[in-house]
Amino acid sequence: MATSAVPTERAISVTVNGTTYDREVEARKLLIHFLRDDLDLTGSHIGCDTGNCGACSVIVDGTLVKSCMLLAVQADGARVETVEGLAAGDELSKLQQAFTAHHALQCGYCTPGMLMSATALLRANPSPSDDEIRKALQGNICRCTGYWNIFEAVKAAAE
Amino acid sequence: MLLREVAYAKPESLAEALEILAADDGARALAGGQTLINVMKARAGSPDTLVDLSGLDDLKGIELGADGTLELGAMTTYSEIIASSEARARPILGEVCAQIADVQVRNRGTIGGNACTNDPTNHLPPLLAALGARFTIAGRGGEQTVPAEEFFLGVYLTAVGTGELLTKITIPAGRNDGFAAVTLGVDGTCVVSAAASLNGSARLALGCVDAVPVVLSPSSTDPDAVRQAVRDTALDPPSDVHASSDYRRHLAEVLAVRAIEQAQRS
Ligand SMILES: Cc1cc2nc3c(=O)[nH]c(=O)nc-3n(C[C@H](O)[C@H](O)[C@H](O)COP(=O)(O)OP(=O)(O)OC[C@H]3O[C@@H](n4cnc5c(N)ncnc54)[C@H](O)[C@@H]3O)c2cc1C
Ligand code: FES
Ligand code: FES
Repeated sequence: MATSAVPTERAISVTVNGTTYDREVEARKLLIHFLRDDLDLTGSHIGCDTGNCGACSVIVDGTLVKSCMLLAVQADGARVETVEGLAAGDELSKLQQAFTAHHALQCGYCTPGMLMSATALLRANPSPSDDEIRKALQGNICRCTGYWNIFEAVKAAAE
Repeated sequence: MLLREVAYAKPESLAEALEILAADDGARALAGGQTLINVMKARAGSPDTLVDLSGLDDLKGIELGADGTLELGAMTTYSEIIASSEARARPILGEVCAQIADVQVRNRGTIGGNACTNDPTNHLPPLLAALGARFTIAGRGGEQTVPAEEFFLGVYLTAVGTGELLTKITIPAGRNDGFAAVTLGVDGTCVVSAAASLNGSARLALGCVDAVPVVLSPSSTDPDAVRQAVRDTALDPPSDVHASSDYRRHLAEVLAVRAIEQAQRS
């Protein structure tokens, strides 16, 4: 139990996909749980819970991170982007359409993380080389091992 | 995973951070969290209070002095080092940071956190030791700067004491550096690593063969002399599922030669 005067809860304000949420959260809550359990944004998945699989990847203030390796309180004041924010209404993003066209998902568990990693890549580097695509997806594991089609989809979206 | 209950402070100044750390010996610095959050999940450590360093401007930024000396704030991330034109004064830094894990880990993990963790399988402790880095530690009583030999004290143990913070890492000018490692998968953690620097005399640091980076100064850069210098240190590396002690001893020689060769080419 914490004995110091430092609080174990904190009021935070986080903007997720354009909507600002003001919430009181426990400091021990991971960002992924805040997104999934508090905000009901269940698109981001928990695969490994150790920072290895990338299923929980989201973009925080323009930077790709694994949301199981970050506390929600650390996102106070930040702008968070999750897979739910990629489509414009019913219109899937170019990248999402490329995932469909290239059969880049099997069970789909890794897909939200893959999409966020590829989105971060294409924003920073609209015409990546093959190696740059592979490097950018290094932190995302696909348990169905559908890497080839994921790679093809990102390549198609880049062109 | 639900962590054990923990208090959280985000100080806005170094003085405030040191005060919170001094008031509670169960308080711990939170840098990139790419080790500490996992440690807390595994209950290998359960701090009472986390002191988030991300608001401390004193711990940020990369400065290149007129004489080529680099000063890196402890909170500088691997991605920031890779992107920094100043850090390119010592190209090996960005090169090795780009071999750490993946984009997401590189976007959060910090040079200070990597050094303070002093996990033998981490990339940066041997590299910083070979480059002759100096570590500035601040406490409420003031600050002190120590070389790698006095900074890395044991597995997960450094000269940063309770109530203290690593504020910056200073790296002298130089260009002829090398790094070689056998890793768990591409860009994975190290099974054995070697870093070399040939600025002035040759300086080698070996990782994952002891609790701290093993620093040595081979008399020449000739491969046989380098191998002999490694042999002369009479390493007694640990055995684990990834490599036996004998194999690690062998790798240390091979990687030392490779690191020196890269340093000669650069
Ligand atoms: C999937 C994965 C793969 C990884 N692969 C590698 C790899 O291949 N190579 C590698 O080197 N690392 C690897 N890491 C570890 C990663 O580099 C961590 O970022 C690093 O070990 C710790 O840095 P951090 O900034 O995240 O520190 P934190 O996790 O925040 O802190 C680590 C420790 O250092 C202390 N600390 C941090 N900063 C300071 C400071 N300024 N003053 C005093 N104490 C401080 C903290 O209190 C804590 O005890 C990997 C991590 C993950 C999750
Ligand atoms: S759930 Fe976060 S990296 Fe696997
Ligand atoms: S599609 Fe099943 S994990 Fe990638």
